[in-house]
Amino acid sequence: MIRLGVPSKGRLMEQSFEWFAARGVTLSRSGSDREYAGRVDGVEGMSLILLSAGEIPRELAAGRIDLGVTGTDLVREKLTGWKSDVAEVAPMGFGHADLILAVPDCWRDCVDLDDFAAIARDFRAVHGFRLRIATKYHRLVRAWLAAHEVADYQLVDSQGATEGTVANQTAEAIADITSSGETLRANNLKVLAEDPILRSQATLFAHRASLADCGPFLAQLGLEA
Amino acid sequence: MIPKRDKQAVGQRFLNAFREAGAVEVAPDILLPADTLLDLYGEDIRARAYTSSDPLRGEMMLRPDFTVPVVQMHMAGGAEPARYCYLGEVFRKQDPGDERPANPRDNEYLQAGFELFAHDPQADAEVFALFHRLLAPWGLRAVTGDMGLVMDAVRALPLSEARRDALLHHVWRPKRFGRLLARFSRPAARRNVAQSAAPWAGLRTRAEMERRMARLAADQDAAPLDPAWIARLDRLFAISAAMPKALGELTDLSREWPDLAPAIRRIDDRAGMLADLGVAPETVLFDASHGHRTMEYYDGFTFSFLADGRTGWPPIATGGRYDALTAVLGRGGRAIPAVGGIIRPGLVAELETA
Repeated sequence: MIRLGVPSKGRLMEQSFEWFAARGVTLSRSGSDREYAGRVDGVEGMSLILLSAGEIPRELAAGRIDLGVTGTDLVREKLTGWKSDVAEVAPMGFGHADLILAVPDCWRDCVDLDDFAAIARDFRAVHGFRLRIATKYHRLVRAWLAAHEVADYQLVDSQGATEGTVANQTAEAIADITSSGETLRANNLKVLAEDPILRSQATLFAHRASLADCGPFLAQLGLEA
Repeated sequence: MIPKRDKQAVGQRFLNAFREAGAVEVAPDILLPADTLLDLYGEDIRARAYTSSDPLRGEMMLRPDFTVPVVQMHMAGGAEPARYCYLGEVFRKQDPGDERPANPRDNEYLQAGFELFAHDPQADAEVFALFHRLLAPWGLRAVTGDMGLVMDAVRALPLSEARRDALLHHVWRPKRFGRLLARFSRPAARRNVAQSAAPWAGLRTRAEMERRMARLAADQDAAPLDPAWIARLDRLFAISAAMPKALGELTDLSREWPDLAPAIRRIDDRAGMLADLGVAPETVLFDASHGHRTMEYYDGFTFSFLADGRTGWPPIATGGRYDALTAVLGRGGRAIPAVGGIIRPGLVAELETA
């Protein structure tokens, strides 16, 4: 039995269902809307498990599910050494979002990361502490800034309403996922003129050790394991 | 697999030797307040140190190194000159990136250390000669450097103060340093500041922005740095040879770069002191970019002892002068002259069983 994990609600669930339906596999929720059990039609030996998109990386890495749909951002942030445990099977073409670094729009002198590095240095000298970046993507942001040798900053944890932290003066900049940039603009933030820290989209992942067993199913989807 | 007890025994030997060299043994806490370490090392330390939280004391870190607690202890009441030694575990985690390594590095290992709080150049030679003597049985490669030389070289570049300060600030970050240098070598591009109708937000003030914009405006008049200076810097960073030969190359370079002379004299004096202490300068390498690529805050003499042929091993011992760190820890008040180093007894134990 191959266990397929799919986000349990919202657009991500609907679009995942559509993606599989277009490839001849019908996924659905069994029973009421409150129940997180699923049905699979059009293929044998497959069970559907509905769970939070944020938990799918962990479940995949542990091998409790063999296949799973989640964002590349979550896999890379949550799984250290992700390639050792999971394999990227197919990008699914929805759920696009970029992880970006944004600063107050009123910082007219801040266009790119070099400006940001210089501002962070000044800020630390003036305020006596490191410039704060609010984010929930600690590992990705830290690795990216380390690769660019940006110093003089610190990360502060923000699990929600991250765009509001600058106005609330709990951070000077934010690193977050954005698709249209609307929330950023509404909060008077602008994105630095750099490639995103990560371009994320909904992706079908496999537990690495299950990849061989999933072969026939993936072939039916028109994919290669 | 060497039992920890055996590594401990090797560490005790070094600790005894440090005591015989006049150091007082200290035993700093294992759980340290995270804020001081974060302020000093930034997010890099969060990627490397284990953090935990205490309901009363807030975020704590498992000791990632001994330097900070030893300096703090000395600042709280020691008089210079002072010599301290210690032996204990440090804890470092490793973020593997995309793939888990087949052989993860040790995340807990022993350090035996010696710290000397004194300003005279003799202190640098004393620490190095001590390490050199203790590590002599293993035929390690001794490499030294001098961040004071690098900083003097940067200060002597014909640049505006703002540009010089920026380079000095990033002297431990070769990539950012290189980017700045490349920018300073080009004719200053006209900077178009962004337009914004957004209301002011956040803790950074408008005055801070205006100060930076004024600095950028002034920078537009700056002449590009003559490529000859980049070539000289490249020549400087490429110097890596036995001390006497390296000193010869430095002296050659100083003919077109006279401001290097005082730093070269310091290195030459150090070579003399080392010879007096029984360390032949011909057996010690001098690598001008040694400290440039190692730990932040080393701002003078730096050294490493390496086991050649042990690929993937970190240095068996490292150390240097870190007055810049005590300046930050002292919050701009008292900067305490400090030089010291650590040996990894676990690695020495492995060399012994080989």
